[in-house]
Amino acid sequence: MAKVTIDGIEIEVEDGTTILQAARKIGGDVVPPAMCFYTSLKGSGGKCRVCLVKVTQGSTRDPRPMPKLVASCITQVQDGMVVENTTNEDVLNARKGIVEMLLINHPLDCPICDQAGECSLQDLSYEHGISGQRFEEERRTFNKVDLGPYIQLHMTRCILCYRCVYTADQITEKRVHGVLGRGDAAEIGTYIENVIDNDFSGNVIDVCPVGALTDKTWRFKNRVWFTKPMDAHRDCPTCSGKVTLWTRGEEVLRVTARKDQYNEVEEFICNTCRFDKKEVKDWTIEGPRHIDRNSVISANHYELPVVNVPIVPNLPTSTKKNLPQE
Amino acid sequence: MGLKILTEHINVPGIETLEVYRKHGGYRSVEKALKTMSPDEVVEEVKTSGLRGRGGAGFPTGMKWSFLAKPEGVPRYLVCNADESEPGTFKDRWFMEKNPHALIEGMITSSYALGANTSYIYIRGELLFVLRILEKAIAEAYAAGLLGKNILGSGYDLDLHVAPGGGAYICGEETALLESLEGKRGNPRNKPPFPAVKGLFACPTVVNNVETISSVPWIVNNGGAEYAKVGIGRSTGTKLISASGNINNPGVYEIELGVPVEEFIYSDEYLGGIWKGKQLKAVVPGGSSVPILPANLILKTAAGEDRLMTYESLADGGFVSGSMMGSGAFIVFDEDQCIVRNTWNYARFYHHESCGQCSPCREGTGWMEKVLHRIEYGHGHQQDIDLLVSVAKQIEGNTICPLGDAAAWPVAAAIRHFRDEFEWHIRHPKEATAPGAVYRGQLDTVTA
Ligand SMILES: Cc1cc2nc3c(=O)[nH]c(=O)nc-3n(C[C@H](O)[C@H](O)[C@H](O)COP(=O)(O)O)c2cc1C
Ligand code: SF4
Ligand code: SF4
Ligand code: FES
Repeated sequence: MAKVTIDGIEIEVEDGTTILQAARKIGGDVVPPAMCFYTSLKGSGGKCRVCLVKVTQGSTRDPRPMPKLVASCITQVQDGMVVENTTNEDVLNARKGIVEMLLINHPLDCPICDQAGECSLQDLSYEHGISGQRFEEERRTFNKVDLGPYIQLHMTRCILCYRCVYTADQITEKRVHGVLGRGDAAEIGTYIENVIDNDFSGNVIDVCPVGALTDKTWRFKNRVWFTKPMDAHRDCPTCSGKVTLWTRGEEVLRVTARKDQYNEVEEFICNTCRFDKKEVKDWTIEGPRHIDRNSVISANHYELPVVNVPIVPNLPTSTKKNLPQE
Repeated sequence: MGLKILTEHINVPGIETLEVYRKHGGYRSVEKALKTMSPDEVVEEVKTSGLRGRGGAGFPTGMKWSFLAKPEGVPRYLVCNADESEPGTFKDRWFMEKNPHALIEGMITSSYALGANTSYIYIRGELLFVLRILEKAIAEAYAAGLLGKNILGSGYDLDLHVAPGGGAYICGEETALLESLEGKRGNPRNKPPFPAVKGLFACPTVVNNVETISSVPWIVNNGGAEYAKVGIGRSTGTKLISASGNINNPGVYEIELGVPVEEFIYSDEYLGGIWKGKQLKAVVPGGSSVPILPANLILKTAAGEDRLMTYESLADGGFVSGSMMGSGAFIVFDEDQCIVRNTWNYARFYHHESCGQCSPCREGTGWMEKVLHRIEYGHGHQQDIDLLVSVAKQIEGNTICPLGDAAAWPVAAAIRHFRDEFEWHIRHPKEATAPGAVYRGQLDTVTA
């Protein structure tokens, strides 16, 4: 076991636990945001850099601070480690800088994006973003691609978190998509317009933190905040059959896996459950799904300025960041 | 003439053949190490020599070797980094092309020291002709019993392979290199674990530069203590410098560490002065990734001491007034060169070469390039200079691998030392974009 202090709160965790997981055990404000790490996907994390934190004391044995900010999702705790997240100005500044980077080439097309309302990037920029817009160049764009009958790739929105790549590697039988090219020209692709078609391929939609991979059977059907999430299950020969139905009246508009407060899937579901079972009678309804996230879906309302986060003049007062406003 | 540890015989006709190479003392270190020394004794000699990595970071080689994990029953690997893609650096290519057996000898002796039975030379994909030269030399070495099973009857086995990269600068970063060598996309890995613990195929691995490995035979033959006598302080031995730019004698030089920069630039033994007798404006002393220094600061440190060609002296003053030895690519700019254009050119390179894995580098390198392009082409705004400084800061230190830093430092340094030139471009776009226009200081009095 290792004792670690995060923003002044002490907790004891198993050896080998990462700073992020330790922070999630504490919960609340000390939890760093995470855009690429995904608990159930081996090898994920370390890429988006929004989870950077400051280690002011490495361990009891070696109390020296770590020279650079570290990615909390892949850095393991040591006994006696002291970590600063929201209490460290360098961390907040670096995070602000990174959120800005994630947004400079993002299309900000939230008004027409199916992910709006449940998008991790929307949440992130709402909470940690800067006000104002410093990027005046043309944004990078890609064409939309259909990856088979169910999944649409809107690469322009992708933040290259690699989650869908790890998902296809680890959950499906065979991965037929990946990252092509490099730098800001890197893109998710199938190289030769391959169809992503596999019993579990639909899960790439659920792991995608933004609206880059969307469910074609749900496209433009409705806004997520007008739908009612219900936990439901069915006897499925392929997967656990435990899902969340997004309904409006008697209509099942969309089926997704159940996600926790960090937007991570609890159990991956198969494509039959996700794409083919679109009637209430296909399911045993368990009851309403509580969405424990700070995003607009749980607030159950949606205010227009959120769609264009970077041009909102000031941070909402509800975020308790103590950075000097410039 | 200084001591030539690496290049003594480099111009001997036929030195690329095993026969001529052996006639000039080649492969002596293999005999000596395999027959008379234990692997640990070789490591000790390298430690004593003070040899530091010549790939850029300058990490002590002996220490790196002693960190190599040695779990029972797990193979270990030595991988030679011959990806050489840093703008301005061309020493490894030149050296391998001329004297391939010197690298192979270094690989055998070093692999023996590390207990590796399979080793790789990962070579930049564009250097296919050098790969052929190496393969030919390796075949000769196999035929002579210097590679393969039971080398020279010592009981030590080694297989040596050459693998070409696919043409990405990032594959010179050691963990991206290992990914690429494993046949994957060349994305740098998150560290820890370090290659010394989990490297190639998840086994303990040492990655060293061509020049580093090629220095080992001399150290084994003459002793680490003898090597340490060359150079100054912690900068021991000799270093290959790729010299380019506006100088009379561009090319690769083997220098004893410690030569004064001024002597290196102006003496006929080295660069022979600035081309056409022009004025020196600036130098990038260690490849495109290191900070640029204006003439006054490259010749003398901020404290007024002579700047020397050593790791310590080139870094004297930190990022305020110093730079770095880097890979030893010495790029010289005369009075007619435009710093803004050059900075944009470097930024364009890093934008093109970022692997795109982490957001600050993926997005920030492109952003910097675009802003610099705008300034160079007469569309800059006054606030762009501070914007560049800020973006560079947002990248620096926040990325997976040092490419992010390497992209940020040159921009930050160019602005630090040549801010007036950037301002001039912004205030006088017409003059600045005229063909052949270069800022010479005189227009600085004009205010916007
Ligand atoms: C972006 C990047 C590119 C690099 N390219 C090279 C290279 O082409 N050759 C090289 O020897 N080292 C290169 N390096 C340094 C290697 O990561 C590594 O430090 C080096 O190969 C270690 O060898 P040494 O200890 O002998 O210097 C590069 C590093 C980075 C971050
Ligand atoms: S498509 Fe979505 S899941 Fe895949 S890398 Fe892009 S943002 Fe991540
Ligand atoms: S710093 Fe740049 S090159 Fe290095 S891993 Fe990140 S994106 Fe790739
Ligand atoms: S969540 Fe840690 S780097 Fe992305």
